[in-house]
Amino acid sequence: MLAADRIIALALMGLSLYFMWHATVLPIGWTDGSGPGGGAFPFWLSAVMLLASGGILLRSILAHPHEGEKFFPDADAIPQVAGVAGLLIATIAATHVVGAYVALMAFMVIYLRLFGRHGWGLIGILTLATPVFLFFFFEVTLKILLPKGITEPLFIPLYAKFF
Amino acid sequence: MEIFGLLADGFATSLSPLNLMIVILGVTAGLFIGAMPGLGSVNGVAIVLPLTFIVPPSSAIILLAAIYYGAMYGGAISSILLGIPGASTAVATTFDGRPMARQGKAGLALIAAAVASFVGGTISVVLFTLFAVPLADLALAFGPAEEFALVLMAFTTFVGLGGDDVLKTIVMICLGLVLSTVGLDLISGQPRLIFGDLPGFYSGISFLVLAIGVYGVGEILYTIETSRTSPSVTPAKLSFRALGEGLREMNKLWKTMSFGSVMGFFVGMLPAAGATPAALMSYGMAKTFSKKPETFGRGNIEGVAAPETANNAASTGSLLPMLTLGIPGSPTTALLLGGMVMWGLVPGPMLFIEQPDFVWGLISSLYTANVAAVLINIALIPLFVWALRMPFTVLCALVLVLCIVGGYAPSQKLHDVWLIALFGIGGYLLRKDDYPLAPLVLALVLGPLMETSFRQALISSQGNVFTFVERPLSGLFMALAALFFVLPLLKLLRQRKSKPPAVAE
Amino acid sequence: MINTFTRRTAMALMASAALAVATPVAAEGWTPNKPVEMVIMAGQGGGADRLARLFQSMIQTENLSPMPILPVNKGGGSGAEALRYLKDKEGDATTVMATLNSYYTTPLRTDIGVDIEEFTPIARMAIDNFILWVNADSDIQTLDDYIAAVKEAGGSWKMGGTGSGQEDSLVTAMLEEEFGVKYTYVPFDGGGTVAKNLVGNHIDSTVNNPSEQMGFYKAGKSRPIAAFSEERLEAFPDVPTMRELGHDLVYTMQRSFVGPKDMPAEAVAFYTDMFTKLSETAEWQKYAADEALDAKLLTGDALQEFLLNGREVHRKILDSMGELGS
Repeated sequence: MLAADRIIALALMGLSLYFMWHATVLPIGWTDGSGPGGGAFPFWLSAVMLLASGGILLRSILAHPHEGEKFFPDADAIPQVAGVAGLLIATIAATHVVGAYVALMAFMVIYLRLFGRHGWGLIGILTLATPVFLFFFFEVTLKILLPKGITEPLFIPLYAKFF
Repeated sequence: MEIFGLLADGFATSLSPLNLMIVILGVTAGLFIGAMPGLGSVNGVAIVLPLTFIVPPSSAIILLAAIYYGAMYGGAISSILLGIPGASTAVATTFDGRPMARQGKAGLALIAAAVASFVGGTISVVLFTLFAVPLADLALAFGPAEEFALVLMAFTTFVGLGGDDVLKTIVMICLGLVLSTVGLDLISGQPRLIFGDLPGFYSGISFLVLAIGVYGVGEILYTIETSRTSPSVTPAKLSFRALGEGLREMNKLWKTMSFGSVMGFFVGMLPAAGATPAALMSYGMAKTFSKKPETFGRGNIEGVAAPETANNAASTGSLLPMLTLGIPGSPTTALLLGGMVMWGLVPGPMLFIEQPDFVWGLISSLYTANVAAVLINIALIPLFVWALRMPFTVLCALVLVLCIVGGYAPSQKLHDVWLIALFGIGGYLLRKDDYPLAPLVLALVLGPLMETSFRQALISSQGNVFTFVERPLSGLFMALAALFFVLPLLKLLRQRKSKPPAVAE
Repeated sequence: MINTFTRRTAMALMASAALAVATPVAAEGWTPNKPVEMVIMAGQGGGADRLARLFQSMIQTENLSPMPILPVNKGGGSGAEALRYLKDKEGDATTVMATLNSYYTTPLRTDIGVDIEEFTPIARMAIDNFILWVNADSDIQTLDDYIAAVKEAGGSWKMGGTGSGQEDSLVTAMLEEEFGVKYTYVPFDGGGTVAKNLVGNHIDSTVNNPSEQMGFYKAGKSRPIAAFSEERLEAFPDVPTMRELGHDLVYTMQRSFVGPKDMPAEAVAFYTDMFTKLSETAEWQKYAADEALDAKLLTGDALQEFLLNGREVHRKILDSMGELGS
């Protein structure tokens, strides 16, 4: 727990510094007659954030460790969480290429099989029903087009039919 | 009593069979759109706006009002069931709605939200009917200084919302405020914090992206870890007895709800503020004045009722500046305004005099839509609760799909979906380390308004910081803000004195 | 190679499938085969957004396009987001962009790697005007009164407008230069908010578009002083133009549609035709008259010339303000 607390505090300090560096592109001082400049808000708020997360770091160094408390109480959960997060990232990356429909269908199959251990029947129904719902709800009803990537040509007859 | 005659005429049109059907259709559609994370009344109104040229204008207004109300009711549904606020107005509803759902009281929470929305909607429409015209002047009295003071007041009402760790709360508030400055600086017209010129950051970071990230993806990751394959939500049961119990519980809350409605209406009426600060202030005040503030955030029904009355009341209130001044208080009212202009109506002070048919038709359809919304919502609760009984891994997969698609839908950028994943993973880690996430999200919502109005006021006053206390209205809000800031501290001190220090959980 | 081959085949297959369900419009030449994205260079609710959505619903009700037109707001960075987006759509036949004057100013103020000359002009639908407004409670009746009051305020006169570097601030800069006065410029997030702050007496004057002040004007809460148009506006016959008063200050807002670079010629023809038909409808003509818009249509090369000329005008204004980017 303590190690994680320190790492997160350090990461937040780094993030504050990064924001402060970017904020200096615009004036960060007080201009006479018109108040703070465009960079003032992000700069000084990041500075407060830097101090506060510095305080957290300092506190965790000085404080007694919380006994028996762990960042990951159940070590078995780590691969599970990391797996889902990784799958999510892979899905978004795949959306750029093969479009939302294919990517999301692949996501459903992999997730339901690997993490849910469901039978193929249920997986099949869900994987087919989801894109149909998405198409009719988002595209046909709400007129919000989802990204298609290289699958675009497959949708042209659908557009002709439903729009 | 001319008002009542005009209103009666309005009802005559809004209660015709065709219009009643339109109301039911509109409310149902609105409910489902509002219940989708990422979609809200803006989407509903944007879609039906072009259709309204096909039906007669009187029916068109009714359809729009029905969708508007339906979506407002629906926003609470995803807040309670999934823990993802569908719109910024429903953030505060997650604080207690989600814990209630986890305790198997999803049905009760949904009933509370529906009833509270109904109360808020009704009280505010009555206020609207009686005082619309004189109140317009009050909205005009709000300049940048007053807006800043009001937002500051909204901020102080949720001082108590943070966790027990003051330093971590400060970090989260600052992070939220800094993230809210990403994009274009309105005052100087220059881009800032766009991180190596990524065009996706030009329009800033949307509240929805952060909320879907930390509450949607983050919550899923957290649940996977803590419960893995076992269900995270106690299966909810729903019966007529539960419904009766819910209504009895709500009966005790009339004070919170009437206060929330009146305050929500007034805050919503102010052009820049709108329903989000209203809901937060209502929640914050309910907690501050509660006898048992420690039960808030752990599934207190009052914590659902307070923000839900206020946000519905505020969305009625936000119609007021739109109609009387022609200023939209939210993207949704902006679209409605566009619709009115297309029908050849000129919103502004003359609308009530020149187009009474339209105005009173709209007001009467707000009454009708409100009644329809509460009935349809309660009728559909079993369906929503049933959805929670799905196996966890199935629900999980569907929620993640909705997070991706719902995050993409509002601005149609994959950039936002990447941010959702980033905020989801970051939020999950922060949450594990006991950083409170509510202040982060709230700061992002209120940040832009706070900074802009602060700087506008200073430019107007040639850099004089006393402008905030010298102007009477602004001074009043500043005083109230100071009071709300001090009140929880005093209460804490008193408790410390009377009781031995409570053992931390 | 295999990839393109399969894609082609799929397309051909789909095209023949599409023919089976095709509607009679297919015979009239090129029509979009997927929904058309209408990118709006501004956020939701502003004047540009409202107008673009009005066009969208008119196209839909008049049945001018076989595919729906889908408005998408990309207002970030004063339209920089939309410009970059359109640049990446090179050769695309189903994306059009609704522009306003930030079409000129945004690429001039900051280098975003966009040259508007490359985009395909489609149609200019309208020209919007600017008027100098004061609160109706003030004693100011004429331009001379106004200038005297601004001079007397000695730099503390509050002029409200949209964000810095956008149209309102350019008009303000033109006024400063012409009359040798100094303003305190207060930026707000939209024309409607600016108008409200004038009526609420939080600012002293504005240069709102007519449509933004129309409601207050009709209620007698705001007073027009002078128009920045070439000729008197039909909706405001009693308001003199700056030119009539001896000051060569003309500034207008263009509302045009453009397509991406190398948009196929047949697509350009389709959209040009669509917007031409749209501009001839009675609804649009009435709307334009009500809102004091100049609805003269401009297409093709004439539009490109107009847009490039507009860019030069803005380059000069920005240069004199010291706002010109590298």
